[in-house]
Amino acid sequence: MNSGLDYFGESHHILRQTVAKFVEREIKPHVDEWEEAGEFPRDLYRKAAEVGLLGVAYPEEWSGFPSDIFHEVVVNEELTRCGSGGLAAGLMSHAIALPPILAMGTQEQKERFIPPVLRGEKIAALGITEPGGGSDVGNVKTRAVRDGDHYVVSGSKTMITSGTRADLVTMAVRTGGKGHREISLLVVETDSPGFSVSKKLKKMGWWASDTAELALDEVRVPVANRLGEEGAGFYGIMHNFRKERLYLSLMANITAQMALEESVKYARVREAFGKPLTGFQVTRHKLVDMATLVEISREFTYRVAAKIGAGMNAVKEISMAKIFSAEVCDRVCHHAVQIHGGYGFMREYLVERLYRDSRILSIGGGTTEIMKEVISKIIL
Amino acid sequence: MKSLVCMKQVPDTETQIKVNSQGTGIVTEGIKYIINPYDEFSVEEALRLKEKFKQGEVVILTIGPDRCTESIRTALAMGADKGIHINDESLNSADPFVVAQALAAAASQVDYNVIFCGHRAIDDDFAEAGAMLAELLQIPQVTLVTKVEVSDDKTKAIVERDVEGGKETVEVSLPCVLTSQKGLNEPRYASLPGIMKAKKKPIDKKTAADLGITAEARLESREYSMPPERKAGKKLEGMEPPDAAKELVRLLRNEAKVI
Ligand SMILES: Cc1cc2nc3c(=O)[nH]c(=O)nc-3n(C[C@H](O)[C@H](O)[C@H](O)COP(=O)(O)OP(=O)(O)OC[C@H]3O[C@@H](n4cnc5c(N)ncnc54)[C@H](O)[C@@H]3O)c2cc1C
Repeated sequence: MNSGLDYFGESHHILRQTVAKFVEREIKPHVDEWEEAGEFPRDLYRKAAEVGLLGVAYPEEWSGFPSDIFHEVVVNEELTRCGSGGLAAGLMSHAIALPPILAMGTQEQKERFIPPVLRGEKIAALGITEPGGGSDVGNVKTRAVRDGDHYVVSGSKTMITSGTRADLVTMAVRTGGKGHREISLLVVETDSPGFSVSKKLKKMGWWASDTAELALDEVRVPVANRLGEEGAGFYGIMHNFRKERLYLSLMANITAQMALEESVKYARVREAFGKPLTGFQVTRHKLVDMATLVEISREFTYRVAAKIGAGMNAVKEISMAKIFSAEVCDRVCHHAVQIHGGYGFMREYLVERLYRDSRILSIGGGTTEIMKEVISKIIL
Repeated sequence: MKSLVCMKQVPDTETQIKVNSQGTGIVTEGIKYIINPYDEFSVEEALRLKEKFKQGEVVILTIGPDRCTESIRTALAMGADKGIHINDESLNSADPFVVAQALAAAASQVDYNVIFCGHRAIDDDFAEAGAMLAELLQIPQVTLVTKVEVSDDKTKAIVERDVEGGKETVEVSLPCVLTSQKGLNEPRYASLPGIMKAKKKPIDKKTAADLGITAEARLESREYSMPPERKAGKKLEGMEPPDAAKELVRLLRNEAKVI
């Protein structure tokens, strides 16, 4: 890959090789099986942790490793290259669950919650979305009522990545009346009485990640598990979204890139009317359009990553990157399946999965419509 | 336990190699480089020896252009202690003899109990450097090594090596040269913390002049060429299956001469 040369140095190249090797050895041989099974072995968290993949972007103090934003980029890109978006999302679910703890937690909370996850011993999930709505975060309904030094939490969450086996869920709850200022973040330990996984959800894509509906029936959560002040949850959630949106943009770009690569390979060898598909100008031009979109999307996303890495807020840019990359990914995957003909509809061909995995990218982590609302508030 | 690991950077095994238009070498543009896989076994084995003895040093010795620092840094990230990088234009197209001379010159400036080489490099495939190096240093060598056990006093090693159809176990006195074969071990990953630590580990840069190498190449490569393209296959069409089977057997026996 020749793009982004300026963003990646020696340590990034070495890390890329490490992650690629990890994917080649530990994931690829089993990925089809895990996709069908709807989850991957828990042990993979520990294996990834040993190589340091889970600790990227976390301070050493909490069992992480000093690194910059492009080390994060590399880990996300190469994990996505395993060809299963679900696996990457599931293995890295802590990447959306831990940042609020890191940003808002006390020393004691960080010590308690972060290292076991980065060591691959515990699984962390983020629980915001509820059956009643995901986009309207300010309308969270799960209630947390104070009772001495505990909150009593009741309600439900849905579509929670890693939800069926998470040990801790960073959860948005309502600690007061209406409105977004009454939302708090609690770390809910899933072995607490009253907590249950009500359903493992069946999905269009991201099969290898377990996605769950969670039920909370008067779960007692220590006040010591509240992140930041009461009512500070909404801000924490919004802050967290920025990185999640970057990760999803990177995932979209790599998914599209792989769909493109598969299409180029296929078009070279598949013959129709006595010549390879690349012999048709319409196919060649289609591949060029796909390549152009992927290249532009990737370069823009890298630029946004660099801004975030430099400490800029880049909310407008990351929202744009998420919209654009997810749309590019959908379009490129659509064409990739088309180029593969009937085989593109068959499980044996990677593009079939890429096409399904692409669809979530303009929905999860804030829908395209919500991204546009965010941007319009900035530019109008 | 001190090990010196001779390590070469080579094109990735997945690279599509193309010969350049003059036939003088391969097209290097766009090639991804990796550590020679056999040398990666060497790095791993040296690290295991150091860990077993709970003391010592693993030094990486590489000859090659600037791009090789990335491979050295990768070995340092795996856990090696320091690198020696012989970077000299005059050595970029050296033959195995000159390479062995340079390795020997560098080796004589450091302490070691064992020198590891890959049994061959997957690019040029000469499989000569290790053997020549041992000869130049006047120390014993064991090639195609798949298991190494060093005695507690570090004076000898029991070494298992590949022979046709089986294994041979030999005893060798140290210091010696061991050339690594597949099966020796499963190399570890250059972990993220390892990569960060490696940034601060030293890489000693040396030129041919620093080492006083004057050796001249004994080999000159004349021409590179690609293997002939595979010919199109033959189809047996419009025949009844029993006849087709007979014809197939006849062709395999008489034309392809494989049965
Ligand atoms: C595979 C998968 C994994 C997920 N993982 C997690 C997870 O780990 N944690 C978590 O908390 N959530 C997770 N989610 C949930 C995800 O974040 C939500 O699905 C998403 O935020 C949208 O919420 P919703 O599904 O309730 O849709 P709704 O909010 O009901 O939206 C429905 C439609 O209305 C549109 N819409 C809504 N509001 C507006 C508006 N103001 N203007 C214009 N259009 C609007 C939306 O864009 C969308 O098109 C996951 C979802 C999936 C599919």
